[in-house]
Amino acid sequence: MEKVLEVKDLHVTFTTYGGEVKAVRGVSFDLLKGETLAIVGESGCGKSVTSQSIMRLIPSPPGRIAGGAVLFKGQDLTKLKESEMRNVRGADISMIFQDPMTALNPTITIGEQIIEGIMQHEMISRQDARKKTLEMLDLVGIPNPVERLKHYPHQFSGGMRQRIVIAMALVCEPEVLIADEPTTALDVTIQAQILDLFKDIQRKTGVSIMIITHDLGVVAQVADRIAVMYAGKIVEAGERREIFYNPQHPYTKGLLNSVPRLDLDGADLVPIGGSPPDLFSPPAGCPFAARCDFAMEVCDRVYPYKTHLSREHHVDCWLQDERAQKMLAGIK
Amino acid sequence: MTGYIIKRLFAMIVTLWFIITLTFFLMHSIPGSPFNEERNTSEAVQRNLEKFYHLDEPLYVQYGMYLKSVVTFDFGPSIKKSSQTVNEMLGRGFPVSFELGIVTLIVAVFSGIALGIIAALRHNGIIDYLAMTIAVLGISVPNFVLATLLIQQLAVNLTILPVATWSSPKHMILPTLALATGPMAIIARLTRSSMLEVLTQDYIKTAKAKGLSPVKIVFKHALRNALLPVVTVLGSLAASILTGTFVIEKIFAIPGMGKYFVESINTRDYPVIMGTTVFYSTILIMMLFLVDIAYGVLDPRIKLHKKEGS
Repeated sequence: MEKVLEVKDLHVTFTTYGGEVKAVRGVSFDLLKGETLAIVGESGCGKSVTSQSIMRLIPSPPGRIAGGAVLFKGQDLTKLKESEMRNVRGADISMIFQDPMTALNPTITIGEQIIEGIMQHEMISRQDARKKTLEMLDLVGIPNPVERLKHYPHQFSGGMRQRIVIAMALVCEPEVLIADEPTTALDVTIQAQILDLFKDIQRKTGVSIMIITHDLGVVAQVADRIAVMYAGKIVEAGERREIFYNPQHPYTKGLLNSVPRLDLDGADLVPIGGSPPDLFSPPAGCPFAARCDFAMEVCDRVYPYKTHLSREHHVDCWLQDERAQKMLAGIK
Repeated sequence: MTGYIIKRLFAMIVTLWFIITLTFFLMHSIPGSPFNEERNTSEAVQRNLEKFYHLDEPLYVQYGMYLKSVVTFDFGPSIKKSSQTVNEMLGRGFPVSFELGIVTLIVAVFSGIALGIIAALRHNGIIDYLAMTIAVLGISVPNFVLATLLIQQLAVNLTILPVATWSSPKHMILPTLALATGPMAIIARLTRSSMLEVLTQDYIKTAKAKGLSPVKIVFKHALRNALLPVVTVLGSLAASILTGTFVIEKIFAIPGMGKYFVESINTRDYPVIMGTTVFYSTILIMMLFLVDIAYGVLDPRIKLHKKEGS
């Protein structure tokens, strides 16, 4: 399948009074046409920074893309001029933010907020832009769009607002949609509706979706592939089944174990002990070593090589290193 | 909407009545009267004068008479300048003060907002520090100091502008500058801080993610939301600037109404004290009303009238 977006060895740093925070440390992944890629990880692991760096929306200063490339259909976005980048935002790559309650401007009608995006990128009349907006609102399931166009964000519920935000992001028919925690601020029933909407729209438009979340329930529902991030790195990635049924990185296992389950008592909730490393001076070895039950001496010293377990499934962990397998075979 | 306006008008009248009553009794509780100065007037003359202005009547009678005259918009004759009525004094002074005030307001609002926006966009940069230094100076340097400095430099030393008086647009420049700097500084600081807050909002990020240009983001998305606090101070600021300022008008020999506020109190010129107070209060109340209307226009979440059924 065609690669729409390729992120190659992306490094992002933030300069603060305390020093340089290395928020993203060499992240690489591809996004294929029409698929949904989920980036999972706990707060502060760099998943939002990664997504905002693709759009070049990290506040700069203090943020800075320190290295790597983001290729959109072969074109390196990190090399574009700001004015060229503006033509990409909203038209080729769109973004949805976490909280629909604050993502819309409270003083502008929702119709105008969608229309202005179209007018920015397409040479069409206001009338046509309005028509397109109505179609899009209809598609995302806003009842009575002609009337609703004239309303302000505060006149909508949270779920409806997220639908509007989605409509706004998709109205210029982008090839990539980045959704940063799109359902975190919504209650569970609305979450399910919104996730269905994503799937539905993807079927209709063929848009590639990159979804950023810490909610494994969401991931299970929508993702084709999953990348697990920890301390600014992707530590394990693979197809959904591979990650859920055959997780290999101790961190991924820990994440899956820490999901509350209906068939067990609340007391059986298994948290991952400890806390993520300080990204002012990230450890030389595996950043998870300090919290890992299986850590070896090498884990503290050297960052593990990437080990491919299948075509899609790869993991950064010494436990899976082929040489370990060979050693094991030697003993037997 | 009309229901709201009617309700507000009624509330405004009640407020005004409170102010009139309070001022009236406060004024009469100040020791002294318009007629006991160093000048020796005979007792008979003094009594006649008091009789003429009804000052010999009990206070509540005077109060009743005053209320009656206010309802008919007649503030009575000035006691100290016996050839003039208060209406005439305000009618002559207010247009001049208003002219100076409106120009000052326009200058202060536009330059203040512009300065605030620039400072916010260049947050923690040299331009920001420069703009805020100007703002702090503008707030802390009293306008009479600035006025004398401007006269000294631009009128006396460089002789490019007239020293004082009020006759041509050229004469307006110095007093406007002197008067506008303070309000401009206040507006600039408010705009900056409120702009900085708005620029971190999620909807600004959304606007950026849509690919909008910085100009559109600032003027269409940020400014309108940032203006609410500015509009709030604008009401009382406008009222005090439009009704004249004693110091600036004195320095530049401008025949505005600012001097009546001060002089009338020193001379216990009761009708003038009441006239200026009522006039100022009316303007202030009207401005606050306009501010409330402006809120509704700027922010659709603020509803001026009650929703049906709620």
